Amino acid sequence: MENQIVKQQVIRMESAEQLVIHKLRKRPRLGETFIQGFLFFCGAVSIFTTIGIVFELGKESLLFFQMPGVTLVEFLTKTEWQPTIGKFGVLSLINATLMTTLFAMLVALPLGLGAAIYLSEYATPRARSILKPVLEVLAGVPTVVYGFFALTTMTPLLRAIFGEQVQVYNTLSAGLVMGIMILPLVCSMSEDALSAVPRSLREAAYGLGATRLETAVQVVVPAALSGIIAAFILGVSRAVGETMIVALAAGSGPNFTFDPFQAAETMTGYIARISGGDVSYDTPDYNSIFAIGLLLFTSTLLLNVISRRLVARFREVYE
Amino acid sequence: MTETLEKQHLAIETRDMHLFYGHFRAVKDVDLQVIPQKITAIIGPSGCGKSTVLRSFNRMNDFVPSFHMEGEVLFHGQNIYATDVDPVMVRQRIGMVFQKPNPFPKSIYDNVAWGARINGFKENMDDLVEQTLRQAALWDEVKDDLRKSGLSLSGGQQQRLCIARALAVKPEIILMDEPCSALDPIATLKIEDLMRELSEQYTIIIVTHNMQQAARASDHTAFFTMDEDRAGIMVEYGETNQIFTNPRDKRTEDYITGRFG
Repeated sequence: MENQIVKQQVIRMESAEQLVIHKLRKRPRLGETFIQGFLFFCGAVSIFTTIGIVFELGKESLLFFQMPGVTLVEFLTKTEWQPTIGKFGVLSLINATLMTTLFAMLVALPLGLGAAIYLSEYATPRARSILKPVLEVLAGVPTVVYGFFALTTMTPLLRAIFGEQVQVYNTLSAGLVMGIMILPLVCSMSEDALSAVPRSLREAAYGLGATRLETAVQVVVPAALSGIIAAFILGVSRAVGETMIVALAAGSGPNFTFDPFQAAETMTGYIARISGGDVSYDTPDYNSIFAIGLLLFTSTLLLNVISRRLVARFREVYE
Repeated sequence: MTETLEKQHLAIETRDMHLFYGHFRAVKDVDLQVIPQKITAIIGPSGCGKSTVLRSFNRMNDFVPSFHMEGEVLFHGQNIYATDVDPVMVRQRIGMVFQKPNPFPKSIYDNVAWGARINGFKENMDDLVEQTLRQAALWDEVKDDLRKSGLSLSGGQQQRLCIARALAVKPEIILMDEPCSALDPIATLKIEDLMRELSEQYTIIIVTHNMQQAARASDHTAFFTMDEDRAGIMVEYGETNQIFTNPRDKRTEDYITGRFG
């Protein structure tokens, strides 16, 4: 009798256990699988696009370097760029790019860093709440608008100051306006770096009788230096790759010159002009833009890698 | 004793000091008289405003936008909150050591030299660095490698570096805000010994939540607690020995015997 009850209980327990096991059993979740696949696809698109771009640039560049009369040495060392008559010296384009970039950074670095120091060390919450949105608006202006600003405002201004020697298209005007365009980027990245400096460090400085300026310049900025350098490098990379402003305001037609008042075509400006024009396929002009594109791609990639490294190192110091 | 004489004999004196964060009264009506060349400990439960009081002695609270104060904090008979007083000058005379060691990401040498340099120190910097590092009982451990980063030192060494850095500015008073709370017991004892030595030349005010530390290391103790409005009030102030063996106030007794807090 007693045995029977025990047996029944055991059976009941077993069936209960089975119920639990059944509940725990793995079941297919179609939605989950689908979403995971979709999200992977989203990530994969950008990866495959990058691979595709690199492949295409490489393939077409190879075509360019295989053309008669084109050598890598000549490409990288000569200063005259006229592919139609067999002159493949990319230095004139590089030079124009470097000049506009230099002018841009001469504007963006001091102003951007100054604004960042003001925002993070001096500004009252009220001043911040006004200045930050304004900077964001500046960052949102389409570059074609900047291009027209350079052409119709900055260039006349430069002509008013320096006289007729300033050509209608010139690298200085394009560079300065590009600097204004990059300013918000340099400012907000630098400000992030400055704000990440722990408050305890500022307090240490103030506790020693330091003024706000001494604290900002001698303690906070050095502590945030790698972040600021990263901002600067990213700004350079932005300036090197910027197209619309230089295409509109720096001039078209390669010109190897160090005179900031003269027109000179940058690498990006040249690519924009050729790819928008009616140059036929497999001509030196057409193929050359891929070689220049590859050059641009490599240099900005390099700059971005350096800046990422710096930001990572900077994060390590205080975390 | 006349009033002027009394003033000269005090390192810091607060009169009817009320401290506010916005509308919240964080500390209520403190009248504290800090004796020079002694160690004064401020103890009390968390949130009673100990650190706020300490930071009001060298105007470090100025950086909290919502902070304001009423009453007076007298230093050499002068209210440091008077409108014509430069807080930067106040902080040169009244130095501070913080809860967490916070050396600059600079070399050991520059950590010590920086404060002196910005305050216009023109004499031999090497001598000053050696002298203050010796005072802070750190010299023997770092003398061979002064170019090393201050951040490479251990926590206790970093805190002594911060003390050396504060000493290099030649302050009269050193405020210490729970300077040992991030340190192990051995490093803590080292700092306490150091405080004892420094108190021959400097006035030290230390905030601590460690009652043993207050009992061991201080000459005078101020006990703070919160009243029913959550505002910090000073309950009792006197010689450390008296506070810990024979407290006059029931709340002090409850706190030091561990019945509260």
